[in-house]
Amino acid sequence: MSPLVFANNAPTLAERCKDAAGIALIALLLGIPMIGLTTADQGGSLQVLTRWPLLGAFVAAAFCGRLALRYGLDMLKQRRQTRDREAAARPGKRGVRSIRILELTGWLAFGIALVLPILFSDNRYVVDTATTVLIYVMLGWGLNVVVGLAGLLDLGHAAFYAVGAYAYALLSTQFGWGFWTALPVAGLTAAVFGLALGWPSLRLRGDYLAIVTLGFGEIIRVVLTNWTDLSGGPNGISSIPRPTFFGLPFVPSSDTGTFASFFGLEFSPMHRIIFLYYVILLLSLLTNVLVKRLRRLPIGRAWEAMREDEIACKALGMNITNVKLSAFALGAMLGGVAGVFFAARQGFISPESFTFNESAIILAIVVLGGMGSQLGVVLASVVLVLLPELGRDFAEYRMLLFGAAMILIMVWRPGGILSHREPTLRHQPAGEQA
Amino acid sequence: MRAGMSAENTILSVEHLTMRFGGLAAIDDLSLAVPAGKITGVIGPNGAGKTTFFNCLTGFYKPTEGVVSLNHPTRGALRLADLPSHQVAHVAQVVRTFQNIRLFPKMTVLENLIVAQHNALQKASGFSLAGILGLPSYRKAEQQAVAKAVDWLTRLNLIDKADTPAGALPYGTQRRVEIARALCVDPLLLCLDEPAAGLNPRESGELNELLLRLVADAKLTILLIEHDMSVVMNVSDHICVLNYGRKIAEGTPKQIQNDPNVIKAYLGEEDADELLHAEVSA
Amino acid sequence: MALALQQLINGLTLGAVYGLIAIGYTMVYGIIGMINFAHGDIYMVSAFIAVTGFTLLTAFGVTSVPFALLVVLIVAVLFTSVYGWAVERLAYRPLRGSTRLAPLISAIGMSIFLQNMVQLTQGARVKPIPPMITGGIDVLTTDGFTARLSYSQILIVLVTVALLAAFTWLITRTSFGRQQRACEQDRTMTALLGIDVDRTISLTFMLGASLAAVAGVMVTMYYGVVDFYIGFVAGIKAFTAAVLGGIGSLPGAMLGGLIIGLIEAFWSNYLSAEYKDVATFSILILVLMFRPSGLLGRPEVEKV
Repeated sequence: MSPLVFANNAPTLAERCKDAAGIALIALLLGIPMIGLTTADQGGSLQVLTRWPLLGAFVAAAFCGRLALRYGLDMLKQRRQTRDREAAARPGKRGVRSIRILELTGWLAFGIALVLPILFSDNRYVVDTATTVLIYVMLGWGLNVVVGLAGLLDLGHAAFYAVGAYAYALLSTQFGWGFWTALPVAGLTAAVFGLALGWPSLRLRGDYLAIVTLGFGEIIRVVLTNWTDLSGGPNGISSIPRPTFFGLPFVPSSDTGTFASFFGLEFSPMHRIIFLYYVILLLSLLTNVLVKRLRRLPIGRAWEAMREDEIACKALGMNITNVKLSAFALGAMLGGVAGVFFAARQGFISPESFTFNESAIILAIVVLGGMGSQLGVVLASVVLVLLPELGRDFAEYRMLLFGAAMILIMVWRPGGILSHREPTLRHQPAGEQA
Repeated sequence: MRAGMSAENTILSVEHLTMRFGGLAAIDDLSLAVPAGKITGVIGPNGAGKTTFFNCLTGFYKPTEGVVSLNHPTRGALRLADLPSHQVAHVAQVVRTFQNIRLFPKMTVLENLIVAQHNALQKASGFSLAGILGLPSYRKAEQQAVAKAVDWLTRLNLIDKADTPAGALPYGTQRRVEIARALCVDPLLLCLDEPAAGLNPRESGELNELLLRLVADAKLTILLIEHDMSVVMNVSDHICVLNYGRKIAEGTPKQIQNDPNVIKAYLGEEDADELLHAEVSA
Repeated sequence: MALALQQLINGLTLGAVYGLIAIGYTMVYGIIGMINFAHGDIYMVSAFIAVTGFTLLTAFGVTSVPFALLVVLIVAVLFTSVYGWAVERLAYRPLRGSTRLAPLISAIGMSIFLQNMVQLTQGARVKPIPPMITGGIDVLTTDGFTARLSYSQILIVLVTVALLAAFTWLITRTSFGRQQRACEQDRTMTALLGIDVDRTISLTFMLGASLAAVAGVMVTMYYGVVDFYIGFVAGIKAFTAAVLGGIGSLPGAMLGGLIIGLIEAFWSNYLSAEYKDVATFSILILVLMFRPSGLLGRPEVEKV
């Protein structure tokens, strides 16, 4: 199994087949109880069904896949060795060029986002889907502060999303608050919850922290499900007011004037859809600018330093407590703001929307995108939202693929797909290094 | 009493320091006065309690017994064990490096040195508000911080590595970066935990020069844990020897080199007897 | 009185199951220092294997309950340990020596993958099987309530005790146990002594999976319903048990499991069934905050 041996003398076909046969045997053992056999409810009692052809296909696929993978890896290793040798000879340039490309892609994505609803102004489906993508982008950027920058694994981000959503739902339905007034208040409420979670978990190591955040997320969800007086229980809260355009509602007619009548337009439900799209676009752009700026400030560098080495931070006189809490609070606040938007857009919320699965999806976006990378989060969100839209099959396989992708990315590139890190300040401008 | 030093010249005084882990006393009733503006070496065989001593000084461990007090020129006497660990560096200005280098590997060398100035910069950034708005007051503070970092990098001959991720540097260079980073905290007392470990003879010679220059130029006090005798004996003004958590000798390098207790601790009882015997008869 | 006794019986049964799963967490944590997030889902996989196994045996006309149980137990342990092996080999081994976050994220990925894989291949609906062991012993009657110790509960406790005994013997007396404990203390040194560390770690995963498999079969037999989501909740509770008992400690895992089981049983009955999970999570958070080394664990000194 030693890779060195493989690199030097390529294995024979027989050796490769033997190796692949071993994998096929494992696949067979794994497949028999799950793929080969299944049970189905037939006439009141379970019956066992067999799917031997499917199992055969699975085992064959494992055999061929292993052959191809092994062969591909060997080829790749050879090529990488030669490439590394070449790269060692002429260092420098590649990093700078890839930054430029990323920057360009970022602006391109921004341009597309800006004109998308104008191009598709009569296609509700496209604008709706794009809005969903942006919600995940915003959630991902919020979580990125906590996981990507500060290196604190948070498995309960959906809790803050829920706090924001419920805060807006209650403020608007019980006290008649408007969207824009409730937005900062709900955001701050989520931040307070972030502090409440951060405070007890300050002393915990990385993996314990992950479990505690998971527990916290579940506590919030269970409370929302059962505290019926406050949250409406499993039925949730409905008829949440939609955001208005500076007080002008998006309705066919109203005594105080509507968006359509004010601008002399014919009423169209698309107005609201497009307006909502621009609201979330604005919110996420603000988030992006805020996080980008913070990264270049002392607090942002402190987050990254803490991710790299907490003990060294202490030895340099940094107050870790404040650094951790600020990351939690900011991440929670951004999640809360996304929650407010979600509640306002849906008009209805229930605990169903804030399960562990939701937290896992947001985490997957951050991980797949490359922890700390803003653009990566956008790409991952697009893939995540579009995958199930491609068809019912994809919808079913979405989480399966995401789970597999999380493993593969960690094995292949633990830093994420876009894992390049741009320094927050430079002594010499980029590109001038030898 | 202690080698005739007056109290004004002592920057750090350690009195009856004891640190127990369960039944084991890693440090046992240690008293020591560290003279200001000098280099004090702490040596001893493996497991003598040297790093534990540093951990007690810098707030990572709370000592079981005893007092560690720092004579701060403006803030008076500070009891280090009563301060939270981050305030040891921030308030008492006692800064340390680590035996197994602890840099921020993915951040550049310059960023490492800027992080060391976090407290001042964080204040200047108005806890990020002035920073987000990009106010000139913050920009000026940041420029000053960069200037300070660049200054230390130049002095330690690291300036051409400023934009390199710290983790990508060779071991010896990382050691120097760690010292440069500690210096950016403006230490009164710099505690170096085996700075010469893993350095080749040329590099440790450079380290000697650097330490002497620092004490001469920067008016700081250095406390040095070291195994490399060529470093300790050449740069230290004063040496304290630990064995099994107890101080077994203290004095100038010359005195230490001839101390029978020290030789015993390093060579073992029998070998030392032989050596001493040989020396006497020679 | 009888009601309290009933809760005690139920709590201990539940606790035995949690304890069995918790041992898997604690062993893996001991040897490679990571939370095997997918362990709960391994247990769920075994529960599904049990459902298929019982149904298949019924279809073949097997009526002897002890025989059916024994066969299903063996089959489930065999297949599930292959799953345990594969999980380690695919998701964790390539990440050894990586950052601390990487294997944890990979483990979460594995958990999501297993859950969805089972949902896709076995269906999302709850699988019921007819009760296998009926009857029990009436222990005590007060105020018109009869505390009852069912035969299946007796079986669960007996199997757990037997497994614990066998397991303790394995860890303390056999050569594998010595290798396993050596790896826990110092993996590099163990490797230098010529012990195949990879193999030891793989075996640890398989052993943990086997115990989870037994728990899966027991739960299937006891409750008679299984769905793809049971691994998540049971996993977290068993993890809480492992932490409460002191992660890395085998008796601690069992003790923690029993305590969690009892708390859950009493809490559901006397306070509120809806909030029983909140109780577990709160205990987890409190233990981690105030006594991270758990009841029987050794305190961890921060290395500087």
